[in-house]
Amino acid sequence: MTAPLDPIDRRIVKATQAGLPLTPAPYAAVAEALALTEAEVIARLASMQDRGIVRRIAVAPNHYALGMIANGMSVWDVTDDRISELGAQVGALPFVTHCYQRPRALPGWPYNLFAMLHGESRTEVEAKRDEVAALLGTACRSHDILYSTRILKKTGLRLRDE
Amino acid sequence: MTRPSRQILPQDALDDTDRAILNALQDGFPLTPCPYDDAAEPLGIAGSELISRLTRMRQIGAITRFGPFFDAAAMGGAFCLCAMAVPEDRFDEVLAQVNAHPEVAHNYERTHALNMWFVLATDRPEGIERTAKTIEKETGLKVMLFPKLEEYFIGFRVQA
Repeated sequence: MTAPLDPIDRRIVKATQAGLPLTPAPYAAVAEALALTEAEVIARLASMQDRGIVRRIAVAPNHYALGMIANGMSVWDVTDDRISELGAQVGALPFVTHCYQRPRALPGWPYNLFAMLHGESRTEVEAKRDEVAALLGTACRSHDILYSTRILKKTGLRLRDE
Repeated sequence: MTRPSRQILPQDALDDTDRAILNALQDGFPLTPCPYDDAAEPLGIAGSELISRLTRMRQIGAITRFGPFFDAAAMGGAFCLCAMAVPEDRFDEVLAQVNAHPEVAHNYERTHALNMWFVLATDRPEGIERTAKTIEKETGLKVMLFPKLEEYFIGFRVQA
């Protein structure tokens, strides 16, 4: 486990968790708001990146707005002895975005591999599902696909006020 | 509560440069004093153009967010995927109760008996259990926890 955030790291997280300023010197803008120096904000973000606290500094596309209106969470019951090997192969498919091993919740939920499939239609998503099924072969005992019908909330992580 | 637009953009809303930006900025945005200038250079545009294109893409809803993505687990907290089977006639009421928690980072309605799937993100590990228990008490419904055991990939490419 890495060291928890110190109070200054925490202020930087809070100042940037909704997004980075779209101004020519964004770290200087964050620094100014927090009464820090630009160099310190950059150094602390770099340190948080090294420690794995910042996963990446990046853009999050809105799949739906970009026409990827079918979003299927495919779930698979994969034999335990092959889950790591096959999970890595499924995760490497170009059309799979998020891919995780998660615990089963028996008896109602036998699935231990979750792979998010995006497409312009359910037909396209189901063709992708078929490719995953072919890859898993007999190591997969059953599967299902859960489509999202509404985004109910999407804010990302928010730190509480101390 | 944030409800992102579910409006689909017209096909010509983004041009090739916009799509190249979406693919290029999925990781590795520079930690330099003028990062937009540095990120724009390999794309063959000026930093000011990158800023104006990102601003526009955010305004039209092509991107939901631009900035650092934090790992709650590495901060000493946790993320957990959760699911609930919510009766249809109580859906809006339960949705309001669930979404009222700031720990609920994303929430999706899905086609299954387990019809509400949300992610809890907390900056303390005990926050997951505590929030799930609170939601169970408020709603009278079971919250199923699906923590990740192993992660295989995260990424997304738009057709360039």
